[in-house]
Amino acid sequence: MAELDSQLQALNEIVALAKEAIANAEKNAELDTVRVEYLGKKGKITAYLKQLGNVSVEQRPVIGKSVNLAKQEVVGLVETRATLLAELAMNAALEAEKIDVSLPGRGEHVGGLHPVTRTLQRVEQYFQSIGFQISEGPEIEDSTHNFTALNIPEHHPARAMHDTFYFNAETLLRTHTSPVQIRVMEQGKPPFRIIAPGRVYRCDSDVTHTPMFHQVEGLMVDENVSFTDLKGILADFLRAFFEKDLNVRFRPSYFPFTEPSAEADIECVMCDGDGCRICSHTGWIEILGCGMVHPNVFEHVKIDSEQYLGLAFGIGIERLAMLRYGVNDLRLFFENDLRFLRQFN
Amino acid sequence: MKFSEKWLREWVNPEIDSATLSEKLTQAGLEVDAIEAVAGEFSGVVVGQVVSIEAHPDADKLRCCKVDVAGEELLSIVCGAANVRQDLKIPVAVVGSVLPGDFKIKKAKLRGVESFGMLCGASEIGLVDNVKGLMELADDAPVGMDLREYLDLDDISIDVDLTPNRSDCLSVAGIAREVGVLTGCDLTVWPAEETKIQSTSQLNVNVTATAECPRYVGRVIEGINANATTPVWMQEKLRRSGVRSLGPVVDVTNYVMLELGQPMHAFDAQRLNGDITVRLAKQDEKLVLLDGQEVTVKTNTLVIADDSAALALAGIMGGESSSVGDNTTAIFLEAAFFNPLAIAGRARAYGLHTDSSHRFERGVDPALAPQAIERATSLLLTIVGGQAGPITEVTTEKELPVAPVITLRPDRIKRVLGIHIDAKQVEDQLTRLGLDVVAVDAGWQVTIPSFRFDLSIEVDLIEELGRLYGYDKLPETRPQGTVLTADISEHTLLTHRLQSLLVDRGYQEAITYSFGDPKIQQLLAFENEQGIALENPISADLSVMRTSLWPGLIQAMVYNLNRQHDRIRLFEVGRSFRGTKDNIEQHRQIAGAICGSRYTEQWSQKQSPVDFFDVKADVEALLDLGCHSDIRFVAEEHSALHPGQTARIYHGDTAIGWIGALHPRLNKPLDLNVRVYVFELTLTAVLEARVPSFEVLSRFPANRRDLALLVDSQITAGQIEHCLNGVESDILKAIQVFDVYSGEGVEDGKKSIAVSFNLQHKERTLTDEEVDSLMSSIAQRLEDHVGAVIRS
Repeated sequence: MAELDSQLQALNEIVALAKEAIANAEKNAELDTVRVEYLGKKGKITAYLKQLGNVSVEQRPVIGKSVNLAKQEVVGLVETRATLLAELAMNAALEAEKIDVSLPGRGEHVGGLHPVTRTLQRVEQYFQSIGFQISEGPEIEDSTHNFTALNIPEHHPARAMHDTFYFNAETLLRTHTSPVQIRVMEQGKPPFRIIAPGRVYRCDSDVTHTPMFHQVEGLMVDENVSFTDLKGILADFLRAFFEKDLNVRFRPSYFPFTEPSAEADIECVMCDGDGCRICSHTGWIEILGCGMVHPNVFEHVKIDSEQYLGLAFGIGIERLAMLRYGVNDLRLFFENDLRFLRQFN
Repeated sequence: MKFSEKWLREWVNPEIDSATLSEKLTQAGLEVDAIEAVAGEFSGVVVGQVVSIEAHPDADKLRCCKVDVAGEELLSIVCGAANVRQDLKIPVAVVGSVLPGDFKIKKAKLRGVESFGMLCGASEIGLVDNVKGLMELADDAPVGMDLREYLDLDDISIDVDLTPNRSDCLSVAGIAREVGVLTGCDLTVWPAEETKIQSTSQLNVNVTATAECPRYVGRVIEGINANATTPVWMQEKLRRSGVRSLGPVVDVTNYVMLELGQPMHAFDAQRLNGDITVRLAKQDEKLVLLDGQEVTVKTNTLVIADDSAALALAGIMGGESSSVGDNTTAIFLEAAFFNPLAIAGRARAYGLHTDSSHRFERGVDPALAPQAIERATSLLLTIVGGQAGPITEVTTEKELPVAPVITLRPDRIKRVLGIHIDAKQVEDQLTRLGLDVVAVDAGWQVTIPSFRFDLSIEVDLIEELGRLYGYDKLPETRPQGTVLTADISEHTLLTHRLQSLLVDRGYQEAITYSFGDPKIQQLLAFENEQGIALENPISADLSVMRTSLWPGLIQAMVYNLNRQHDRIRLFEVGRSFRGTKDNIEQHRQIAGAICGSRYTEQWSQKQSPVDFFDVKADVEALLDLGCHSDIRFVAEEHSALHPGQTARIYHGDTAIGWIGALHPRLNKPLDLNVRVYVFELTLTAVLEARVPSFEVLSRFPANRRDLALLVDSQITAGQIEHCLNGVESDILKAIQVFDVYSGEGVEDGKKSIAVSFNLQHKERTLTDEEVDSLMSSIAQRLEDHVGAVIRS
């Protein structure tokens, strides 16, 4: 028995040494050395097994079992230690790769659209979503499309009021986007539902006028459109554009190409209608002109005004943009100062 | 049209306050532009009379006056005005009165002399701006009377911004008629005026231009005193309409124009020679106008002439030679109806715009002239005295406007306005407007009165009904329209997509004027192309249409460079205008300009300035949106661009744009000190898009082969690509230049270009033999076409 005891005692000593060596291994390589030292072909546990020849046959199963258990224990400890060492190594690596995440990202900054484009896109998006298509016309126009076909004959006071830039008696820079109405109606058959955004020009330049600005023209021609529809479409648009349940007021006005004609005012968005410098203390801001297409206009484009009715409107884009974003000087739109433009990014 | 509220209320006096009145006018389409008090806020100012004047002992320019204000004693007041004189009646601010600006009048000492108040000028009590001297009151002004009461100053001026169709409202009578309809208030009925004819003096009137002047009414008044003073009430009404008093005769004609809407003219009868003729001007006829300007009258212009010369531009302005002055003793008074078409645009042609031309070109009631002449005569006889002769009238009935008769249908009212208006209301409203309404089977037959030039078709009446119903009371509805088709072509990109791409690549969108400075335009133009010139530019630096978007972008860049920005990326979408006035091409373009460092200043990247390939990458990205496969950048020359860093961009064989560095010689004239890279593309070309077409994915591995070519240094990558594009092979999927090298190891005058080839077969794995065979045919082709030697 004493023989057996001393045999087991020797095994325990080997295991104890192995445990210590494993726990002391700080690196994978050291751990590997320990593993070979104890578990390898020439390792201590293998060597221990080899000298079991001296042990009696009866005692062999007992010692064999103990050796297997001891081997398993050492294998398990090596694996656990290996996992721990890998984790420590990963942690050290991660620590070394730590960065200052507050530094800015690399690469190009995003630029921005001009506020006029931004406004135009919103207007276009709105009207497209209610079934209007976008049309275009030339900016250098003939006086027929810009005036005559719109029921503004030569010498009409309205022509003089347009401050037109001319190239010659017949050729001019369009003073409004309304000629696109004519071009669209000349080229197609009703019903029509279009908007025509674009640049327009007036020979006028001061604090509140620039010689070039933008308008969106709208035209809807169908068998049953009425003045109350015109009111509805435009009031809906204005409320959607300003994202506000605004008061909208329509006043009789005069445009040669519409009859009845109206101008629409919105409750001042700066003072909520209380009266301020922007609205000249009236609480109202004039925002667009509109009306029902004049029969003379239909006649010019050979549309039967008994069968069809039309509604039309023209909206100044810079004015919308100024009110929407609180811009206080029209001229800023065309100075292209980056400090201004970047405010709309 | 500016008028005093009190004057209007003499004509129609509804029981509503000023604010409501103004609101009603605006809502009826007579937009009230401004309302202002007719005088400043002041109190305690009375009518006084200068009784005596003495020199001030210590001041040359001051006078010591004794002034009667009907008080217990005369007031001693020191005055510095040049026009102070004995017996003059003036406004006196006595001690205790308050002038505009809360300026309190106290007893004061002026250079040692005590003064008990202040004699006032018109500006000091806020009647007019910037007028010096004392305000001279009429001789019959009651001394001691409160000035506000005497001048009836508790009144406002209402300025209505009339649309050009409403000429009928260019008078107090016209506005009153409108207010009558809007408020349901009856108009004042004035007793008819009948002039006592006291003279036989008459002038013959010949109208040769009857179409232009269908009615001409005239009268001679003799024995007048042109030095008489216009009564205060008239001066005040004129002032409150923004019209200056210019002597009694002119004042009366202006007064009648404002009151009734009939422009009138008075000639000095003694300065006329023979008969009056209304005719079109003769060739090269000259006339000196009232404002001193000499004009050569065009033959399309109507003139009033005597036997020797043209006297006046009819309906526009009188002439100097026959004008009424202080010594005038007889006048010839004119009231006419000139056809609007005969006046329209004429005043403008002489650089004129007068109250008269403004009215005539919009339409003056042809029935008004006789009434106006009687009204003016009556006023003149009261103010300047004299004897009136009989009226001379020349009317060509057939040339007078024909009163339109319009059929108005109830269902049409509903269709246009979107609401039903009941028959009684239709009849009532139209009748109140002065229209003659007769019910017929179709609805109504409406006859338009001579003062409404804006009502000629059915829809004009419908507008009147809508207007009077109140646009505000009309509901807001949504149309029940036809559902239309929509265009969602995939063959065309949206411009928005291009704008977004450039924005995402750091560009800021600019919008610049379509016209600019011809000098800058020319510097940046292709082959010095000239821009189309405006006939009437606003200024020289905005006088020619741009032929490219570069001038605006470069100017915007310079503007920002001068404001401490150094890294700038701008783009614009807009039209360029090329060709000639008779053959204008106006194509939409997209253009950009960049300068400064490649990246925004950053901690992790080394800064280097942008170069050609930065802007080229942006252009390639734009062109990739439409998946264009046959784009070529070809080295060509552009007068505004660097000869060695410029490419023209082709899509197939069509030139679609330019890209390059601005020519360094432009730096000085453009005030630039950095290298700028620009591009410009025809928008429609960029917007063209390829619709994807599916190709079966190969399940077989791809092979990559690389070739290093040694070529002459002049050979371009584009030439090599062009050569390789000619290789006919089903298995060659992609070609890529991945290295360009010259220098050590490569002989002078040569460069090495490395190209990779991606090879794949749809249905099987490639064999070495077929790959080798293709590669050697490619190598041969390169040798044949560009003289390439294969290095590996």
